Amino acid sequence: MPIKVAVIQFPGSNCDLDTVYVLNKIMKIETDLIWHAQFKNSDYDAAILPGGFSYGDHLRAGIIAAYSPAMDIVKQMAKEGKPILGICNGFQILVESSLLPGALLQNDCLTFICKWVHIRTETSNSVYTKRIKKGTVIRIPIAHGEGRYFNDEKALKELNNNDQIVFRYSDEKGKITAESNPNGAFESIAGICNLDRNVLGMMPHPERASEPILSPYKSSDGLGIFQSLKQFLEGS
Amino acid sequence: MPMVSGAKVDLKPDELAHIEKTLGRTPNMVEIGMIDIMWSEHCSYKSSRPSLKMLPTKAPQVLIGPGFDAGVIDIGDGLAVAFKIESHNHPSAIVPYDGAATGIGGIVRDILCMGVRPVALLDPLRFGSLSSGHSRWLFEHVVKGIGDYGNCIGVPTVGGEVEFDESFEKNCLVNVCCVGIGRKDEIKKGMANKVGDKLILMGGSTGRDGLGGVTFASRVLTDKSEQDRPAVQIADPFTKKLIIEATLETLKTDFVHGIKDLGGGGLTCVCSEMAGAGETGLDVDLDKIMLRESNMIPYEIMLSESQERMMFAVDPEGVETITNIFKKYEVPHAVIGTVVKTGKFRMFKDREEVGSLPVEILDEAPIIHREARKPNYIDQLKQIKLPELPSNLSEVIYRLLGSPNIADMGWVYHQYDHEVGVRTIVKPGHGDAAVLRVLDTKKAIAVASDCNSRHTYLNPYHGGAGAVAQSCRNVVAMGAKPLAMVDGLNFGNPENPEIFWTFVEAVRGISDMCKGLDLPCVGGNVSFYNEDEVTKKAVKPSPMIVVVGLLEDQSKVVTMDFKQNEDLIILLGDTFDELGSSEYYHFIHQLEGGTAPQTDPVREKNVLNCVLALIDQRLVTAAHDCSKGGLAIALVKMCMNGNLGAQIDLTPVESEKLRIDALLFSESHSRFILSLKKDQFNTVKNLVQKYSVPFYLLGKVTKDPTFNLSYSTGKIKCELNKMKRIWLETIPKMMKG
Repeated sequence: MPIKVAVIQFPGSNCDLDTVYVLNKIMKIETDLIWHAQFKNSDYDAAILPGGFSYGDHLRAGIIAAYSPAMDIVKQMAKEGKPILGICNGFQILVESSLLPGALLQNDCLTFICKWVHIRTETSNSVYTKRIKKGTVIRIPIAHGEGRYFNDEKALKELNNNDQIVFRYSDEKGKITAESNPNGAFESIAGICNLDRNVLGMMPHPERASEPILSPYKSSDGLGIFQSLKQFLEGS
Repeated sequence: MPMVSGAKVDLKPDELAHIEKTLGRTPNMVEIGMIDIMWSEHCSYKSSRPSLKMLPTKAPQVLIGPGFDAGVIDIGDGLAVAFKIESHNHPSAIVPYDGAATGIGGIVRDILCMGVRPVALLDPLRFGSLSSGHSRWLFEHVVKGIGDYGNCIGVPTVGGEVEFDESFEKNCLVNVCCVGIGRKDEIKKGMANKVGDKLILMGGSTGRDGLGGVTFASRVLTDKSEQDRPAVQIADPFTKKLIIEATLETLKTDFVHGIKDLGGGGLTCVCSEMAGAGETGLDVDLDKIMLRESNMIPYEIMLSESQERMMFAVDPEGVETITNIFKKYEVPHAVIGTVVKTGKFRMFKDREEVGSLPVEILDEAPIIHREARKPNYIDQLKQIKLPELPSNLSEVIYRLLGSPNIADMGWVYHQYDHEVGVRTIVKPGHGDAAVLRVLDTKKAIAVASDCNSRHTYLNPYHGGAGAVAQSCRNVVAMGAKPLAMVDGLNFGNPENPEIFWTFVEAVRGISDMCKGLDLPCVGGNVSFYNEDEVTKKAVKPSPMIVVVGLLEDQSKVVTMDFKQNEDLIILLGDTFDELGSSEYYHFIHQLEGGTAPQTDPVREKNVLNCVLALIDQRLVTAAHDCSKGGLAIALVKMCMNGNLGAQIDLTPVESEKLRIDALLFSESHSRFILSLKKDQFNTVKNLVQKYSVPFYLLGKVTKDPTFNLSYSTGKIKCELNKMKRIWLETIPKMMKG
């Protein structure tokens, strides 16, 4: 069976086509775009929850999608150990559906921010960072209004102890500073994974950082995440 | 305002007499309301139409020109680009957040109904001085409105421009432009030309919001305008996102014959224009229309400007297929009528006819020939006393970088998602225009909007022509060949002959420059009555020009930042003593007047073609046009963007006729600054000579982070870090304080 990835489209998703584009055209991974109501079985090898404004961010970002029947399938897949990746709004959905701990609050500057930032890879021990050396700084854009990761002290400690913090905002040299934290996220957290290391949520957009032509640095650092995923799926 | 059949109308007595004579009777309430809307300035262009006829509209690349929801141009390989500009000035001046947001909503629908996917937004904006609290409030909420809406629907906001000037204190200008890319063979027109087709109204329900918004936009703003709040629509970007995806999915079937969005003028406008363009008639059942509020009368239903609605003319056999698509996206919809061959627009309620009008009376409002008279200020402002030359020109550069009209606009564009769609290969702030790649091809398009309202105030003809020239230079600086333009014309009250003169002159200038550059106009928008009724102060005339250009090879794109130490810096084009209406006069000397920059289509065309050839042959490492702040500001911006310094010697450009401040800060047209590799110098020089373009070697890029400039009688030295601090911090600081 060839590997097949699903990108789930909720009403209001808007990075769905971008993610499909990168997976199909750049990564050459067979990928389907699936309307949430038609996502009915867990035959796919991995599922991606793309960025956007599912259900218009009504009530709270990600919460309505979190209660959709499609997420029951996603939870089933997660339990089976299949990779689940939530990008931006997808991260918000993962948090709201308790697949990942914590909450994503409004940015501390109170405005939407779209800009290129640096994130430091905190662990290579995840489906998505297998091929990225710990400590590697990745150049990648963010675009969100509610991306400030929050959790209580005890939970943050657990995340640290369990090596679940995958990415932190940093400066270009990999130093974690207040200035390089764009949204006021606790402990500069940009992405976390679950205990089984197959579910990753991240605010930055790797699909926008996978081709040199899109990068102000002519970089394609985001590819590492998809290449790690591909390697995991191919079992090599 | 006169009352007719129970409706308040803006129609003039002679217009009312003409209507009664044509109909042979007095129209009832809903009918007169509909005519009032369709004959408003906003819908009918009754004052502007004679002038707009001057604009060239034909060229081989034009697929659809003015008169439809958007212009469409051919970019080769079976692909097409649609684009259009609209204004949402009046609503934004009253309720900035929703006014701006619904402006985006409207322009996105315009692009969508051509059958293409909206891929980019640009917003030319004008506000009063940022030292005014009212202007800061407008600025903050307009930007947030644009951001929240565009971000949510997933269409990147990639460009635009902002100017601040006291004349926009009460009347801010909020223009919105949308660009779409699609397949040439899938282009649709907003017409109902097939008798028997069913009309499906899709999207939001119809409520009392936005009632009479169009006639509101065709009046001047008064103190009482706050009471016009119900005339401003409420934005719903989530529904819009569903509408976009649902509409694009219907286009994959062959059943949709025409689409049109409901914007200004609501159902009235969409029905009359679809039937007018299709030379048919329509029967519409008002009982089928989904209403948000109870007890709405036909007058309210027909005039409502509730947002997020689209009308589809659908083959009767395809109604089920199309409605199933709408059901998938959970978008409300209803079959509300039929295309008929009566030439009449008839409305029914409770099976009774409640209104019937010939389509042509709605679609063809009579033209008004307005009087135009040259205002006295034009000649008066030419005579000014030459200000004293500042003793410290380095200080002048630092100060200019802190002018809100020159300062970095990151505060604005970082609030916009400018990357969604994975097309934006040159992002806001990195070049004179935004560049979007065309997916699955080697091509890219460059888009820029520009206008200098102060130039236009001082000289409407050259201001209009200059806006076209400048937008073309912006696109060409990226390496893209300009293909077409749309214009957003923002002026005061056209009933004032002096205002109308500035309008006619500006359009004449635009037209002459377009003709000279072989650049067709494929659409536009006219917004009059941008005037405060109390002070009678009109906005400075603002013809916003948006140009789309094509790069056949996206790898040839050039940005404005200096790239490498030791690269040579050259100037193309001559500088004239044209400091009138410059940022230097305004900001440094608080001086309004003098000679505004003059335009010359031949000179412009030569320099544009020259730069295109240089970039096409990969001879250029950075390109930037000289505009606001002149030569000096253009150079330091290239330094700041590249984090490099420069060593400039101005003596080759100096002349006795030109004082040093004029050389540094004059905003003369037809100029570019380029950087190039040392070993390409002779190749570049020879090529430039072939285009008869003046060529000057100014100096070189340096690693040392300092801008050093020498001229025959002095020196300028500015530290890169200090310049950057001022340039980057000005707007955020002002918005905090």
